[in-house]
Amino acid sequence: RDYQQADIKSLPGWKQRKRASSKSLKKFFNDVKELSSYLELWRHDIHSIEGKFGTGIQSYFSFLRFLVVLNFIIFLLMFSFVTLPSIISRYGVFNSSFAKISPKNIEPHCTVYNPNANKGLVYFYTYLKDLLSGTGFLEVTSLFYGYYTIDDAWVSILKYNLPLAYLLATFAYLALSLLWIIKRSVEGFKQNLVHDEDQFQSYCNKVFAGWDFCITDPNAARLKHRSLQYELKTDLEEERMKQKIADRTMKEKLRIYSLRIFINIIVIAVLSGCFYSIYRATVFSQENSNVSIRDDIRTDSSNLLVQYLPSIVITLANVIAPQIFSFLIRFEDYSPAFEIRLTLMRCVFVRLANIGVLLFSLWSQISYCATVECKACGYNYELYPCWESQVGQEMYKLMIFDFIIIIAVTLFWDFPRKLLVTHCSCKLVQWCGLQEFGISDNVLEIIYGQTICWIGTFFSPLLPAIATIKYFIIFYIKKISLIHTRKPAARPIRASSSNFFFLVVLLIGLVLAFIPLGISIAQIPSSKACGPFRNFNTSWAVVPATVLEFPAGLQQVLYGIASEAFAVPFFMVICLVMVYFIALAGAHKRVVEQLREQLVMVRFDPLSFL
Amino acid sequence: AYKRFSELLPKEERDNACSARVPKSRILMLPELRANPFQHRICHVFSTSDDGDDSMSFEDFLDMLSVFSDSATSDIKSHYAFRIFDFDDDGTLDRKDLEQLVNCLTGQGEESQLSTAEMEQLIENILEESDIDKDGTINLSEFQHVVSHSPDFARYGRFQR
Repeated sequence: RDYQQADIKSLPGWKQRKRASSKSLKKFFNDVKELSSYLELWRHDIHSIEGKFGTGIQSYFSFLRFLVVLNFIIFLLMFSFVTLPSIISRYGVFNSSFAKISPKNIEPHCTVYNPNANKGLVYFYTYLKDLLSGTGFLEVTSLFYGYYTIDDAWVSILKYNLPLAYLLATFAYLALSLLWIIKRSVEGFKQNLVHDEDQFQSYCNKVFAGWDFCITDPNAARLKHRSLQYELKTDLEEERMKQKIADRTMKEKLRIYSLRIFINIIVIAVLSGCFYSIYRATVFSQENSNVSIRDDIRTDSSNLLVQYLPSIVITLANVIAPQIFSFLIRFEDYSPAFEIRLTLMRCVFVRLANIGVLLFSLWSQISYCATVECKACGYNYELYPCWESQVGQEMYKLMIFDFIIIIAVTLFWDFPRKLLVTHCSCKLVQWCGLQEFGISDNVLEIIYGQTICWIGTFFSPLLPAIATIKYFIIFYIKKISLIHTRKPAARPIRASSSNFFFLVVLLIGLVLAFIPLGISIAQIPSSKACGPFRNFNTSWAVVPATVLEFPAGLQQVLYGIASEAFAVPFFMVICLVMVYFIALAGAHKRVVEQLREQLVMVRFDPLSFL
Repeated sequence: AYKRFSELLPKEERDNACSARVPKSRILMLPELRANPFQHRICHVFSTSDDGDDSMSFEDFLDMLSVFSDSATSDIKSHYAFRIFDFDDDGTLDRKDLEQLVNCLTGQGEESQLSTAEMEQLIENILEESDIDKDGTINLSEFQHVVSHSPDFARYGRFQR
């Protein structure tokens, strides 16, 4: 500071003024930044969690906050471009009206759709059942796809192409999610790359940057000491393990590899078991509900258990499979870090693939066509006159059930366990102890919910609003559960690598969400009885139809971009650019190595550089 | 910050807090330092007291808060971190300094310290990673180089706001 002041005095007058003004500008920006950080959601809560439990758990809550904001933005997007115009034109606000173009060239039997909207007096139980399963009165609201049976909305003289808006809003929210996640993970990726490249610097990182200066609570400090000790011991043990692996004999290697192959076969068997049970459960649930068609009226005459069967089976699979995996991996004799990563990857795969199997079994039901009339429609028009709404209902049920399970586990498992541990002093209970806050399990849970939201938003445009509220409530539930019933993990994940890991898995979920959406939009014929895409073969067909209305010049340009003559050279140029950057990175690495060697040589023989 | 400093002083000296010195025992009661294993080193490094009693004036207090804030650059943080880790104040981190550093990190008490063999292995690894000129000690530039590659240093090296 003294140097700074002496420095200032030595400058001429106008430079002093310039520096003073730049300082005050800096201070102004700092104040604005501080004020805007007050607007950040849950700033104080997350800071206090960081102080008490460290940055590993804090990264989970920041991730949750990110998802809340993302879902809210997606909801705003879908609401303003899809729901609002529909509602405005239906109720004739602002002198608007809507047009329903009667379908041409379509068999009339495909267009029959009479949802049972519970007119008249109903039991309260039916009302509750409809709320939980999305049928009945909910089916005809703007929650589901079937409401948007409007082809054009007119506000005075402006025409609003609702089908195109629906499709473009879907692409927009997917692209927005993709870009936002990539932006957040780029920073983590840079750090991770450096961290992985300089694998030999991990000890220095742990020792010099190991202590978290945010910790103010003596209990947390004690836990941090223990975790640091545990981490250092584990790393040293891993190094010894690596040495041991390098010294393995041929016979031992053969034994271990054959054991690993055997265990992987068991893992695949477990996975197939899960998938098959989900498939059977979905088929059973679909066959025993919504089926009775009497007097041209569909009646939903199933009970809640059958409706929720797929969700129950998926949740059971999500709970049991990870336990099996963590039990099996002990026999595979990997190094500890690799063990954890492999188990995590298998759990991620199970969770995300379960959703895929559910959707696949739904589609096999929907496109199952035996009669000629059915083939004319392209989908099973008797059971699924408005199949997008049905898929939306399944996603809605999954989301509600997930939410119920999270609340139920916290209420009926965490709190009783804490009460038991504090008041009962029998050895077994004390040995079980309090549960740790398993960061990876919780993160996989919310990523699973987010994937459902992404897939479901196309079929149910108001689903992001439900997801926002759900994550909002989950934040408080998890926070209360953490503070009152958990002990922090003895083996914490480091914050720098965990942020990147969460975002990578989220990205995998998003990419996985692209596949079912792509197939629904481009392959499966859209339902002719409801929805904005009645007059098109598939949902995607609205885009070529719109392109055909463009002026000829623009059409030529668009066709040119989509043709092979453009795509192949573009792809080759991108490959060349990538090869250039990889070569550059390799060259930089070599330069760093050389400089390192030179530094060592300077120490021993400074004269050689003169 | 001034408010917090003056709270540490006994009542009668509060009026001329700008020139008073707070004894070390009161500084250690600050919440940020209470649980910190490097509390004694931090007081020693930031204190400009001539009698070696590690008391801090208001300027020293400000220095400490500014180094551990978000706006300090990583150069400044690593410079001060080096001085904090240098237990024998000889300008380099040698084996004894590293040993004391690791013991601080793993906690006080016999059962929380690493065994001699583990400590040897750990110190060997650290020196292998950071000692570029292979002289068996870590000087300031080697330390700053190693810390600049460390992703957790900036995140962990600050007091909560």
